[in-house]
Amino acid sequence: MSTKHSKAAAEFLENKKQAAWHDETLWMVREKRDQLSKKVPEWEELRNMACATKLYSNSHLDELLVEFERNARANGAHVYWAKDADEYCNIVYNILNQHGVKHFIKSKSMLAEECELNPFLQNKGIEVVESDLGERILQLMHLKPSHIVLPAIHIKREQVGELFEKEMGTEKGNYDPTYLTHAARKNLRQRFIHAQAAMTGTNFAVASTGEVVVCTNEGNADMGTSQPKLQIAAFGIEKIVPDRESLGVFIRMLARSATGQPVTTYTSHYRKPREGGELHIIIVDNGRSNILANPKHIKALNCIRCGACMNTCPVYRRSGGYSYTYFIPGPIGINLGMLKAPLHYHDNVSACSLCYSCSLVCPVKVDLAEQIYLWRQDLDKLGKANCMKKVMSGGMKFMMNRPQVFNMALSWAPQVNKMPRFLIYNGLNGWGKGREMPNFADESFNEMWKKGKVK
Amino acid sequence: MKVGLFIPCYINAVYPHVGIASYKLLKSLGVDVDYPLDQTCCGQPMANAGFEKEAVELARRFDRQFEDYDYIVGPSASCVVFVRDNHGRLLKEDRHRCASESKIYDICEFVHDVVRPTSLKARFPHKVSLQNSCHGVRLMKLSSASELNIPYFSKLRNLLSLVEGVEVVEPERQDECCGFGGMFAVEEDAVSIQMGHDKAMHHIATGAEYIVGADSSCLMHLSGIIARDKLPVQTLHIVEILAAGL
Repeated sequence: MSTKHSKAAAEFLENKKQAAWHDETLWMVREKRDQLSKKVPEWEELRNMACATKLYSNSHLDELLVEFERNARANGAHVYWAKDADEYCNIVYNILNQHGVKHFIKSKSMLAEECELNPFLQNKGIEVVESDLGERILQLMHLKPSHIVLPAIHIKREQVGELFEKEMGTEKGNYDPTYLTHAARKNLRQRFIHAQAAMTGTNFAVASTGEVVVCTNEGNADMGTSQPKLQIAAFGIEKIVPDRESLGVFIRMLARSATGQPVTTYTSHYRKPREGGELHIIIVDNGRSNILANPKHIKALNCIRCGACMNTCPVYRRSGGYSYTYFIPGPIGINLGMLKAPLHYHDNVSACSLCYSCSLVCPVKVDLAEQIYLWRQDLDKLGKANCMKKVMSGGMKFMMNRPQVFNMALSWAPQVNKMPRFLIYNGLNGWGKGREMPNFADESFNEMWKKGKVK
Repeated sequence: MKVGLFIPCYINAVYPHVGIASYKLLKSLGVDVDYPLDQTCCGQPMANAGFEKEAVELARRFDRQFEDYDYIVGPSASCVVFVRDNHGRLLKEDRHRCASESKIYDICEFVHDVVRPTSLKARFPHKVSLQNSCHGVRLMKLSSASELNIPYFSKLRNLLSLVEGVEVVEPERQDECCGFGGMFAVEEDAVSIQMGHDKAMHHIATGAEYIVGADSSCLMHLSGIIARDKLPVQTLHIVEILAAGL
């Protein structure tokens, strides 16, 4: 009994060394997050504030988004509303097209991934260059991110070295990270200089000031926006925060949760177009407002895309981002995929042991594990329940509601201990693949109690 | 104070000695404890697998079975917290309120918070590594979860401090999941086995002779791994230590 996730996870684990490295590397990020978050005495209070602020913002979008629009326009920005991916892509294309842009540089944006902006633009003849190093590596490899904050975490430096030999003419066999980073920097520098427009994603949009805030470490988003006069920023509607005071709460939590840094190297507030330039801001729904109407899952909109739930997830660390069928993996991806299209993304719901670590690590208190539990309850209605689990659950229900049947099963169970191994340990028994079966006791507790043996 | 002993299905079938140790421990502490006959299951396996509705009748049965008791006490944090957090919701259509959710305790929680003994007769001169179970830690709060910025505490450690001779350690990644997760163990067998193996190795690295916890389900999973890979460590439910010598 397996889902697409469980099969892909089994394949991922076949390369033991790489899988162990992946687990340990992401656990290190979790540990750094622990150290940093524990240096903030009011951390748990911040989590409560962040959660409450998000719940407030997302239930006052009608006011806050309009306030943002008014302020951004007053600042001189152009503001657009996109109801879905298609509108978002077309708005970006039309802006670029009107300005005759052929060379376009963009920083990392999960919204762009979600809406598949790059292929859309490339099909229309616009060259798109990713400026985030991890994203750039993946773009050159024609791969998708396997993690939302550390997109190329699954790629080893040797692979990057070989890629750069081909793409940038670096020395053969030189896999030194500093050397490779310098090569990438030199290569990207040319792209920055020749780009005719730059785009960023948005970590936070501040309603009271009409500014968008972008948090990065490499500074490549800022490099991108510093040269061309045409700048585009886009954000999903749930990125809105009321004011700078509330922004402060999130800024204190984002980098600590994401990478275990007190703050990202660059926190850029884009408020106005530069002199003689243009700033275009696109506000995107793409299904988010449907989540608002779903009280059981509304907290999924709290997410600030820090990736902490992935780093802590024992399943994600041991199965890799590509084992999930939605473009966002890990606990938040399981949930967002189900909110997007349950019939398409139900295979990820198995990827959870219900350990609840994600729910506690989350800086904005998304009830990730609780929501996965709820999705499991929906699978049967969707016609996507696992047959064997359904049969097992039905059988257990039958037996457990009939103590005489249960007691009879208890008295027969020890016979299983004596069965030949091949009857128990075969392809049908997922437990037996790497574990011995428990031995049933000769006498159950029920039996011993009845015989007065419990004293 | 009348206590009804709750013995989860798999403890009934596989680990009856854990049930016996629980009974003895409570008796020795002067608790008026009885075992309502013909218990079966709390419904968690079906619910976690996505078939919560299959657990409704069991929840109703459970509530009736323990209606005459002031407390329900069981040696499995996960099953107990399932009752506490879910039976009320499962029975919300019923005419009278689910009584179990507010009076059910894990045995460690019960001894630690309600009975509060200052000494035990137990002696256990061995090094043990704590298996901080996910549901015990994160849902029941038997100890401080590693994700939270709250002061360290561990009810298991506090209870073991009453046992003579025992040395208590915790593994690296102190409360990472062991990979059991009910039917997760079978549906996601590859990941589950890897998690179990990693967990066992972290326990072994402490140099402990025993892995000790409040959930026989984690211990059952780890035992399966230990037996298959012939690893040099054993598992024990914490009540077996607290009741040692009774």
